[in-house]
Amino acid sequence: MGIVSPGFFGRRRRDDPALPPGQYLTESFPVLSAGPTPRIGPDEWEFTITTETGQVHRWSWDEFLALPQEDVTEDIHCVTSWSKLGTTWRGVSLDTLFESVESDCEFTMAHSYGGYTTNVPLEDLLGGKAWIAHEFDGAALEPEHGGPARLLVPHLYFWKSAKWVRGLELLRQDEPGFWESNGYHMYGDPWREERYW
Amino acid sequence: MRTGWNVAEVIGVTQETPTARTLRLRLPGLAGHRAGQHVDVRLSAPDGYTAVRSYSVASAWPGDELDLTVEELSDGEVSPYLVHQVAVGDRLEVRGPVGGWFVWDPADPSPVQLIAGGSGVVPLMAMLRAHATADPRSPGAAAPFRLLYSVRSPAAVYYRAELDALARSPLVDVTLVYTREAPPGSRRPPGRLEAPALAASTLTPAENPAVFVCGATAFVETVADWLIEAGHSASRIKTERYGGTGTSPGTRP
Amino acid sequence: MTGDLDRYDYLDGNAAAGPLSEIFAIDVLSARGRCAACGRTDAMATARLLPHSHGLLLRCPGCSAILLRLVDTGHSVCLDLHGLSFLELRRQQNGSQPNPPQPT
Ligand SMILES: Cc1cc2nc3c(=O)[nH]c(=O)nc-3n(C[C@H](O)[C@H](O)[C@H](O)COP(=O)(O)OP(=O)(O)OC[C@H]3O[C@@H](n4cnc5c(N)ncnc54)[C@H](O)[C@@H]3O)c2cc1C
Ligand SMILES: [Zn+2]
Repeated sequence: MGIVSPGFFGRRRRDDPALPPGQYLTESFPVLSAGPTPRIGPDEWEFTITTETGQVHRWSWDEFLALPQEDVTEDIHCVTSWSKLGTTWRGVSLDTLFESVESDCEFTMAHSYGGYTTNVPLEDLLGGKAWIAHEFDGAALEPEHGGPARLLVPHLYFWKSAKWVRGLELLRQDEPGFWESNGYHMYGDPWREERYW
Repeated sequence: MRTGWNVAEVIGVTQETPTARTLRLRLPGLAGHRAGQHVDVRLSAPDGYTAVRSYSVASAWPGDELDLTVEELSDGEVSPYLVHQVAVGDRLEVRGPVGGWFVWDPADPSPVQLIAGGSGVVPLMAMLRAHATADPRSPGAAAPFRLLYSVRSPAAVYYRAELDALARSPLVDVTLVYTREAPPGSRRPPGRLEAPALAASTLTPAENPAVFVCGATAFVETVADWLIEAGHSASRIKTERYGGTGTSPGTRP
Repeated sequence: MTGDLDRYDYLDGNAAAGPLSEIFAIDVLSARGRCAACGRTDAMATARLLPHSHGLLLRCPGCSAILLRLVDTGHSVCLDLHGLSFLELRRQQNGSQPNPPQPT
């Protein structure tokens, strides 16, 4: 199956060693809408980390912005096969957010405004590998791309970088999130093409 | 029945307007389809990249041939290829025709109101064609059909000659609304379709027509709202949104 | 401007007829389904289909809850119907209609 359409190359290109297998470069930033875009104002926004004992660590928008900020440049890889190289973000490292958190858990579930969930192992969030980002390309993150703030875990497929993130829940055992419960891989390493179960 | 992707051969191409082209495909084994259905077309690049888009079927004949009419979106990925690159003899992967909802059923005697924005006229043309060639004994063959077709300019009208010919039938009425450029001497200056004009040139709620609305998502959204405000029952209105923000006939600048 | 985009960036459920035709023998989109969240009951074709999503998602036009979720993993198709509390599939009507496509 699969006949080649002569002269068709698509909008995406595969000409870069920074591309994981099966990925194509895109210049634009496609909006993947799984649902209506939640609109959350800074006064209602908060971010929480909830431990296995039920302890809740909470940051208001102002408290969150008062934390040390990092500027990062990362390649992002969407499971729908587009990749975007050298994207620039500003946000708070999860190392900073986890400084005061006591937990024995190895797994987390990210929860978003609007109900989306995705699971990420804790060790993938720590060690300078993940952020709660609130700026993209020098401007406030637009609601379409997950603003006011989204999780950014660039070394995993981009569905793990939950848009409109509102909290992380620590879990003793790995549990599937929204897409992981319906066909998508529990871990999602783009270099090993962990797209589906 | 075999479903999934099948290979169609392009057996004809016709320039419909400066920006749209009709492709005639032969899909071996196909035995007709229902008026209003669409196909999915899949293009594959040499590196394995694929892109899939939906296109309504414009034709309404029984055999294994289909017409698609594709409007070029200049920044689009698939439509420029279908409008400029594809040539007779090329093969395309096609799934369908599919869809059992946005279809006209010749067994339905209801009057029919068709409302098209731009390329949204394609599946409505299939319905007009199916109506014109319907078995005279089928209840729908005698149903009145009205088409309201909102289009940028005279040059952008699809199927011009055939629409004129169809409109000669006492059962068929075709109204064109020009949004940017009207033909010389036309009574209505160019401009967006508005709710009063829509009400004036469509079948009334009292006639209880089956209504089919098709076009860019914003167009369909606005027209469907107006129809409901005018008293049409939501259950009588079937819509086919083509996507894109396009241009809404009202409200939006 | 973003609000508008939001409002207009979706298709009718009917646009999902192609992928759904690969797994259902009957046109599911003409079936009447009841939203488990708000109780709205209408043809599945009237649901909202959000394009560019990771999988195919049909949402209730009344309350935007997910009615149907489909992910094609290549080796399997995962279907989540927990948003539907009821589905009425009609048998093919006889007569009047041309045969469904039967490509060889
Ligand atoms: C059921 C169904 C039937 C369809 N039938 C037809 C048909 O008969 N003829 C036809 O020409 N098209 C039809 N379409 C639209 C078609 O599937 C493609 O969306 C269209 O050809 C654009 O594809 P593209 O790859 O060129 O553009 P893309 O690369 O997908 O998009 C390019 C840009 O155009 C915008 N855009 C996408 N679609 C539209 C639109 N309809 N109007 C305005 N802006 C848009 C996008 O947001 C994007 O910014 C149909 C769509 C559906 C769902
Ligand atoms: Zn609902």
